[in-house]
Amino acid sequence: MVAIVDYGMGNLGSVEKALRFIGAEARLTSDPAEVRAASAVILPGVGAFDDCMRNLRESGLARPVVDAIETGKPFLGICLGLQVLFEESEEGGREKGLSLFRGRVLRFRHSLKIPQIGWNQIRRTQDAPQLAGVPDGAWVYFVHSYHVQPHDKNLIATVTDYGYEFPSAVRSENVFATQFHPEKSQRVGLQILRNFVASALP
Amino acid sequence: MLAKRIIPCLDVKEGRVVKGIRYVDFRDVGDPVDAARRYDEEGADELVFLDITASLEHRSTMIDIARRVAEQIFIPFTVGGGIRTVEDIRDTLLAGADKVSIMTAAVYDPDLINQAAERYGNQCIVVAVDAKRVPREGRDDSYLGPAPDEAIEWRIYTHGGTRPADVDALAYSIEAVRRGAGELLVTSIDADGTKAGYDLELLRRISESVSVPVIASGGAGSVDHLYQALDYGKADAVLAASIFHFQELTIQDVKRELAARGVTVRL
Repeated sequence: MVAIVDYGMGNLGSVEKALRFIGAEARLTSDPAEVRAASAVILPGVGAFDDCMRNLRESGLARPVVDAIETGKPFLGICLGLQVLFEESEEGGREKGLSLFRGRVLRFRHSLKIPQIGWNQIRRTQDAPQLAGVPDGAWVYFVHSYHVQPHDKNLIATVTDYGYEFPSAVRSENVFATQFHPEKSQRVGLQILRNFVASALP
Repeated sequence: MLAKRIIPCLDVKEGRVVKGIRYVDFRDVGDPVDAARRYDEEGADELVFLDITASLEHRSTMIDIARRVAEQIFIPFTVGGGIRTVEDIRDTLLAGADKVSIMTAAVYDPDLINQAAERYGNQCIVVAVDAKRVPREGRDDSYLGPAPDEAIEWRIYTHGGTRPADVDALAYSIEAVRRGAGELLVTSIDADGTKAGYDLELLRRISESVSVPVIASGGAGSVDHLYQALDYGKADAVLAASIFHFQELTIQDVKRELAARGVTVRL
């Protein structure tokens, strides 16, 4: 079972619907025990960095999420679910992130429109199994004002150009996390979710 | 580079898509989910469902449509028309819509934008700016023919463009963004339905005054109109209804032509 972590921040249903559509067994849950029991974990993201961290901590979900990652379970972070893997963010700035990776979350530094809303292309910078069947230059859907800046550049799986190149996905062994929304990225997005679900099967 | 978005608008009346979709080989031409699926396959970047009856009785119908679309279509979609309260917004988003478009209610109670944006995030709040050209005060010389751009201003009209709200469209746009609008859906009431082109001056002025994306609406009749809205009008996305419903153009055709003219589109 894939657990989609529900930390009480708005509509997370589209991730669940997309997983159902591809035939995966998935459940939206705010129960720490269910996250611990899951064979794979998805951390979706909406809202602001500080709220997200506070909610994860106060609902007892932060530890199960970190444990799932550290014990090697397939993990997918989406949007804010990517950003909170790092140490801190310019958004808010009071809460510490899950700090699984070293690095910060920055607001776009350019005069283009913020948030970036719409379809942009991903350029692969490493050969990630989570991107099997996804062509280089594939179009995916973004909605965000901030992006990650990993300390270790080897984490970067794809980059995207919006004013400048920013990391649009990171990967480290069992962890794959995207700034874009696979659940809203049509065929390409469903392919990424299928890859993830396949990696979660025994 | 971020692509310019091509967004078909589906007008919904009593749960059915109206404005005669051209797909005659459709099993059910008026079914919103079938129409959405077809547009998704053709390459639409997003979809907008607009409840044109916008009545209380039909709220549950729109919620049902949002739910059914969200289960099958995996591109972003917006639901608008008749959204009045934070509860309406909540119900629509929970049903699976990615964004809601609010219009009349936000004009008379702008605080609704703040409340909705704080609770659900700016990214899901689209504020509709329905604007009409009017002569600047004391300059009504319309008997001489269409006024030049310097002699006019744009005012907000509500209730489907029938009722003046005594609000300047440019000031309203800036205010809506300050309050938390994540995008503006700018419709020219003068151009809507004419197929004679968008109000480019209106688009350009609003787009240059706000930091969030602007979606152009009202007046699209050809690919050139879309191009002008994206180029001179500086819009980030174009909404069109009849061009896709009636003409022999698919969204893919439109995108190819825009790409040939140098516009970044998702192909």
